[in-house]
Amino acid sequence: METVKLTIDNKHIEVPKGTTILQAAKQAGINIPTLCYMNLPHLDQEHKPGSCRVCVVEIPGRRTLVPACATKCTEGMEVLSHSLRAINARRTVVELLLSDHPKDCLVCPSSGNCELQKLSITMGIREINSVENAAISTYRKDASPSLLRNMDKCVMCRSCETVCNEIQTVGALSAVNRGFMAVVAPAFEQDLTDSPCTFCGQCVAVCPTGALTAVDNTFHVIRALADPTKYVVVQTAPAVRAALGEEFGYQPGTLVTGKMVAALRALGFNKVFDTDFAADLTIMEEGTELLDRITRHLNGDKSVHLPILTSCCPAWVNFFETNYPDMLDVPSTARSPQQMFGSIAKTHMANKLGVKRENMVVVSVMPCLAKKYECQREEFKVDGNPDVDYAITTRELAHLIKIGNIDFKSLKDEDYDRPMGESTGASVIFGVTGGVIEAAIRTAYEVFTGKKLEKVEFHELRGMEGIRTATINFDGTDIHIGIAHTLGNARKLLDGIRKGMYNFHAIEIMACPGGCIGGGGQPLHRGTDIVLKARMEAIYKEDFNKPIRKSHENPEIIKLYEEFLGKPLSEKSHKLLHTHYFSHPKQ
Amino acid sequence: MYKMQLLVCGGTGCRASASAKIVEKLNESLKAHGLTKDAQVVTTGCFGFCEKGPIVKVIPDNTFYTQVRPEDAEEIIAEHILKGRKVTRLLYENPETQKHVTDSKHMGFYQKQMRIALRNCGFIDPENIDEYIARDGYSALAQVVSDLTPQQAIDMVKQSGLRGRGGAGFPTGLKWEITSKFTSNQKYVVCNADEGDPGAFMDRSILEGDPNSIIEAMAICGYCIGASKGLVYIRAEYPLAIKRLRIAIQQARDYGLLGENILGTDFSFDMELRYGAGAFVCGEETALLASMEGKRGEPRVKPPFPAEDGYQHKPTNVNNVETFANVPVIFLKGPEWFSSIGTEKSKGTKVFALAGKINNVGLIEVPMGITLREIIYEIGGGIKNGKKFKAVQTGGPSGGCLTEKHLDTPIDFDSLIAAGSMMGSGGMIVMDEDDCMVSIAKFYLEFIVEESCGKCTPCRVGNKRMLEILEKICQGKGSMEDLDHLRNLANVIKDTALCGLGQTSPNPVLSTLDNFYDEYVAHVKDKRCYAKKCKALAHYTIIPEVCTGCTVCARNCPVGAITGERRQPHFINQDICIHCGVCYTKCKFNAILVQ
Repeated sequence: METVKLTIDNKHIEVPKGTTILQAAKQAGINIPTLCYMNLPHLDQEHKPGSCRVCVVEIPGRRTLVPACATKCTEGMEVLSHSLRAINARRTVVELLLSDHPKDCLVCPSSGNCELQKLSITMGIREINSVENAAISTYRKDASPSLLRNMDKCVMCRSCETVCNEIQTVGALSAVNRGFMAVVAPAFEQDLTDSPCTFCGQCVAVCPTGALTAVDNTFHVIRALADPTKYVVVQTAPAVRAALGEEFGYQPGTLVTGKMVAALRALGFNKVFDTDFAADLTIMEEGTELLDRITRHLNGDKSVHLPILTSCCPAWVNFFETNYPDMLDVPSTARSPQQMFGSIAKTHMANKLGVKRENMVVVSVMPCLAKKYECQREEFKVDGNPDVDYAITTRELAHLIKIGNIDFKSLKDEDYDRPMGESTGASVIFGVTGGVIEAAIRTAYEVFTGKKLEKVEFHELRGMEGIRTATINFDGTDIHIGIAHTLGNARKLLDGIRKGMYNFHAIEIMACPGGCIGGGGQPLHRGTDIVLKARMEAIYKEDFNKPIRKSHENPEIIKLYEEFLGKPLSEKSHKLLHTHYFSHPKQ
Repeated sequence: MYKMQLLVCGGTGCRASASAKIVEKLNESLKAHGLTKDAQVVTTGCFGFCEKGPIVKVIPDNTFYTQVRPEDAEEIIAEHILKGRKVTRLLYENPETQKHVTDSKHMGFYQKQMRIALRNCGFIDPENIDEYIARDGYSALAQVVSDLTPQQAIDMVKQSGLRGRGGAGFPTGLKWEITSKFTSNQKYVVCNADEGDPGAFMDRSILEGDPNSIIEAMAICGYCIGASKGLVYIRAEYPLAIKRLRIAIQQARDYGLLGENILGTDFSFDMELRYGAGAFVCGEETALLASMEGKRGEPRVKPPFPAEDGYQHKPTNVNNVETFANVPVIFLKGPEWFSSIGTEKSKGTKVFALAGKINNVGLIEVPMGITLREIIYEIGGGIKNGKKFKAVQTGGPSGGCLTEKHLDTPIDFDSLIAAGSMMGSGGMIVMDEDDCMVSIAKFYLEFIVEESCGKCTPCRVGNKRMLEILEKICQGKGSMEDLDHLRNLANVIKDTALCGLGQTSPNPVLSTLDNFYDEYVAHVKDKRCYAKKCKALAHYTIIPEVCTGCTVCARNCPVGAITGERRQPHFINQDICIHCGVCYTKCKFNAILVQ
């Protein structure tokens, strides 16, 4: 491997040819500040437009300063990252950014988490030199069910553009206008709700400032909790327990399930249930659907559609409805766990508790921004009353806990309420890419073959590669599985299916990198894969430690069918737990 | 065989003055006099002497008629063509001797010019490839593809010393050589015909007047670097140039000079046009390439350079129109000849668009090394209306101004940079004592703020902030601190902007700060604009001896700043006056003094 030798701030280092100054500096323990730079190694994407000019460094002899993120090291190069020239330039650049930015840090949702704020703090900027009434580039506010756009705060880093176009291939965002008024917006400057936006929230996950933020339902939840006429029930998604701790200083990958339940109880929720319960339910319904299609297909039924696609990811459903309206009967008709939960909670559970539907408030805690959009879809309401009232994110829950003056770290572990808090290991792994299908396989195998599954872990379905394939042997019958995470990979798979290229029986799609653990509502990590991998490990650990690991063995699920639903795909199940899809005439 | 030809300038400038109508009228008169077989009317490209247009030149006697109107056509035919009597009232009059000059080679405007890139403009009909060929057109291409290897041809271009004429002045031969060394299944030759500098029309004139020179040069380049495709990125605001290029490309194809197996060799080359959409920044080569690829026209970080990673990530050679226009001549007359013109490091000639407060506004082509004094006073004919010379802005919004102390500077790439300006693409705007240098800097910044793509912070925000400071100064609200801040901002923008547009945008500011600091100080400390350009700083006073007390000014003052009794001299209260100038326009007695 060819290397080059250079000096950075008088430190001699040797790096592989092709390394940038920024990367080389990091190796040498020199942290050159950046703003628009974003490295997503797990997605094979290095976003380095070299446009913010914060990382400029001096190379004596060169006419101008150069951006460290986009300049490759050459043999004998001499780099000065904190010469007076470089510092003055960097400071002036940040001052310029601050001069074109609203000054409402104190009430901004990103305060404390803002990369621009961090730069100002690190560089010790105490005044902004600009004329009185200096112009600020403004743009109309835009709200959607899931995320808010406040483009006054956009610094034109273009990270959202890269994730939306290159990784998600949704194409809802790109730069419009020119010069000072340049801004990132949907095509033809539409509102987000009219654009192809799937609400996956990855743009929010990477936005360095408060330009793109999540809709905040915290105070809706507080009001519901304070309302004596309301019976408030909460469900928590699998991915939340592996990441919530990060908001309280825990290392990424620390499981805080017990404390989370305790905190929710302390906040005053009438019942603390688990979305995992509904995930087991999803496996029952979707697993049965999967087996039904496979069996009919193996018996020669040509009308049956394979592969079956998982449908628990609302951003994925949105993407599908927009881009593949010709294939609307291909996905599973099963609702997502969040929605199945709400549906059962407001019917069967409400009955059992003696609570009227209109007095029950169902809150879900999700790693996801698309869930906010999902719960307000018309088909998930009964006479206008939604099955799930509010979906809040992991970040919002952390806020709620802090607003409730709860000292999270000192909480003692508590357990979920029953019956809708009973879950298996199969349901937990819903939170990671490959998890849904692995959970489905655990049940489908036993039902199809009639045999007991000795080893429940299917490592061939796990991992971080964008598209994975595997063949599982169901006691003689080969079942072909395809898995994709990020919508760009989903598109690749779907395009192939449309062309008839594949012979998959089932495909699992998740819109977010790593699956739900990388959702737009999770604690912000701005792109590192280390955090995702740690959260993934935590999820598999929780599964490993569960006494029951297959969905169909969940006793409360068995009881639910006996008492109420009958059997999977029954008429009642269809009404409450299944849905259909709509083609969206989006631009 | 025609005995005489009437060459009528068909450049955009003269066309705007009805030169197409002149052609029509001349043809009508020829027909009426039965002379259609003896004389031919030809529409040519730009003669360059735009100040005196529309131009009609009669050959072979080389009579140069100026400021011709369609109504003059009949007289020209009846007198000059029919009877051989020149129409003296249409001849150019030497302003010093007041004598008529018939042949342009005796005119001060033309004497020191050397037209190489513009060699065919004004001589041929640009819509007729035969005329181009008759003047050695496509001989260079024939020579290159038949007798030379690509490397030999590249060496000749290198030897000539030709440097890019788009502004940066990079050695052309070297660029071709670098591009030729990259291997790829497809390479491209791109001609940058975006010409965005306000007031620049060098490339436009070449494309309108001699489009084949570009086609030939691009084909030669394609041969040298191994490219089979050429693309001309031309701004949509040049419809005449687009039309003429299209015609020329088709004619070249018809003659087998473009397409498969050119001139019987195994070299194939063809080209197409791509249109700009009104963005100055798309003159920057990487933004240009992005625009051609259908993406947002934004520059990107270099390296890698287009020679390695260009159009659709293939090796691409991008050159300016004028650079290409010089290429065939290098082969026709030899690199030694070419390098005998100009200075040591800047060979050949440069086309300048001479404009502003100068008598002879137009398009000139001069050898490198000529002095500013020669351009302004000999070719340019001196400052209009006998005013005093103040400065020359070269390089448009990317350049700086040269002052009296630079008048004897020989013009070349390096000397202009040393003087705090740059060659740029060739705009040369002359300024006199009535120009306010602070306003000039503000004007260029307004242009830049409008045209900035918005990608990088220093240009997007920094230029806006510099403009705000200049606006503040021109409003009379500036402080000395503002000047320091302005200078620091300008230096940082120059140091950190992502592309050439941003890196050079502070030049007008820095150049005027350096050369005309006293004007800035006057705006800031005295709150005065002594050139009387900045309205907000205009100081209005009533001359009591002249004032009749008619009260018109007082009645029209929007802020009630004027007081006075009827038939008594009036008085303007400076604390209330908002400098709107209404009183000045209303006063019928010239009793208001503006300072």
